[in-house]
Amino acid sequence: MTQPRDGAIVVELPSMLQPYAAGRAEIRLGTPCRTVGDALAAVATLHGGVTDRVMDERGIVRQHVNVFVDGENIRFTAGLETPVDPGSTIVIVPAVSGG
Amino acid sequence: MTEDRQSAPSAGDVVLLVGTMKGAFVLTSNADRREWRTEGPFFRGETVYSLAFDQRGGRNRILAGTQSWHWGSVVRTSDDFGATWTSPERQNVKFPEDSGLALANIWQIRPGPVSEPDLVYCGVEPAALFQSRDAGDTWSAVDGVLNHEHRPRWQPGGGGLCLHTIVLDAAEPRRMGVAISTAGFYRTDDGGQSWQARNHGVRAEFLPDKHPEFGQCVHKVVNHPSRPERLYLQNHWGLYRSDDWGDTWHDIANGVPSDFGFAIEVHPHEPDTVYIIPLESDQFRIVPEAKLRVYRTREAGETWHPLSEGLPQEGAYETVLRDGLCTDGHARAGIYFGTRGGKLFGSADAGDTWNEISATLPPIVCVKAGVVGGAA
Repeated sequence: MTQPRDGAIVVELPSMLQPYAAGRAEIRLGTPCRTVGDALAAVATLHGGVTDRVMDERGIVRQHVNVFVDGENIRFTAGLETPVDPGSTIVIVPAVSGG
Repeated sequence: MTEDRQSAPSAGDVVLLVGTMKGAFVLTSNADRREWRTEGPFFRGETVYSLAFDQRGGRNRILAGTQSWHWGSVVRTSDDFGATWTSPERQNVKFPEDSGLALANIWQIRPGPVSEPDLVYCGVEPAALFQSRDAGDTWSAVDGVLNHEHRPRWQPGGGGLCLHTIVLDAAEPRRMGVAISTAGFYRTDDGGQSWQARNHGVRAEFLPDKHPEFGQCVHKVVNHPSRPERLYLQNHWGLYRSDDWGDTWHDIANGVPSDFGFAIEVHPHEPDTVYIIPLESDQFRIVPEAKLRVYRTREAGETWHPLSEGLPQEGAYETVLRDGLCTDGHARAGIYFGTRGGKLFGSADAGDTWNEISATLPPIVCVKAGVVGGAA
């Protein structure tokens, strides 16, 4: 896991989503964010193709996508209201599921 | 962004598009349709419920509705027979935010009328109709379906609440029909602004009222461009024909082993010739007697005759779904179907004899075909 030293929030992307972020494996957010929802909103302004695939039109994280904040799955914390801090790492991963 | 493959059919060749639970395949053959070249799978691991081959406007465009288990659904296109595909940056089929709905799957892609070569429709789950006015790149919901007064009472079928069928009127572009499971058949006469349920005569076996205004589980509806008012409907129990664009429906299950099934298709040149693949029942969705037979009528449903030459007639525990049967438009009509068991069959003589094209594909949910450069 990346440990940012500049206070930026880092969003780590799986390989499948990197084409929608100009090939980047991570997105560094310099703007203040209170929650993971704020952070994903900031990602949406930079790379809407990423958030289209993480959340549906209702702004709900897709069923088979997991989002972790500093190692904790937000499904078991406060969802998109889960707090983030300067230096937090948000990891987006596909769930262990498939047809 | 593209995915690279190689395929280069020429005028007169036949293109066969196969959507599966694990990706899409593009098969090509010459007019003989004996040997097939297979390209794919494209969109590896994604389900492809909808495919279309659109040759209007000077294009040779394949459209694919792809669904990732994880990342959602988009419409992708290829103008080179699958050698390269678009991969839209943004989800291009998207419900309006105020609808409270989210796209689950794209069940049907239907090129619009010849007179509007950039107009394409798609039907999605949850049940809604979208249209594209740039040949499939960008899409918007058709409000008349999205805001239909019946929507709160539409119920999902086994596959979800999906708009899976789009029927056009070649003579009257403002008239079209859609079928929704389970809501039934709806028709518009004003270009999509208003839609009326057109299910009179169609049974709903699973409801206390067997003949409601809407709520039927219509599985598929087809018509022929030369006689658009004559519709054929495969229902969840029931096989019907309408001669008045759906105002009334009449049972035409004359001599078929079961009137349960999904797949139905009309001959490309004979509006009274129709093909179905009956299944035993809704509880056992397998071809009757485990014999794989296509049934054909040449008299608009007055009689049906089994076609089995070249098809397995023993131990064929197969299912063919609603978009698993198609024709190719060739002068000597090609008929094709794919099974949930991953077998793909074709006939180059309008169904008289059949050949196994492939036996080892992933589960097949969609088969579409066309002749490059139009009908040969």
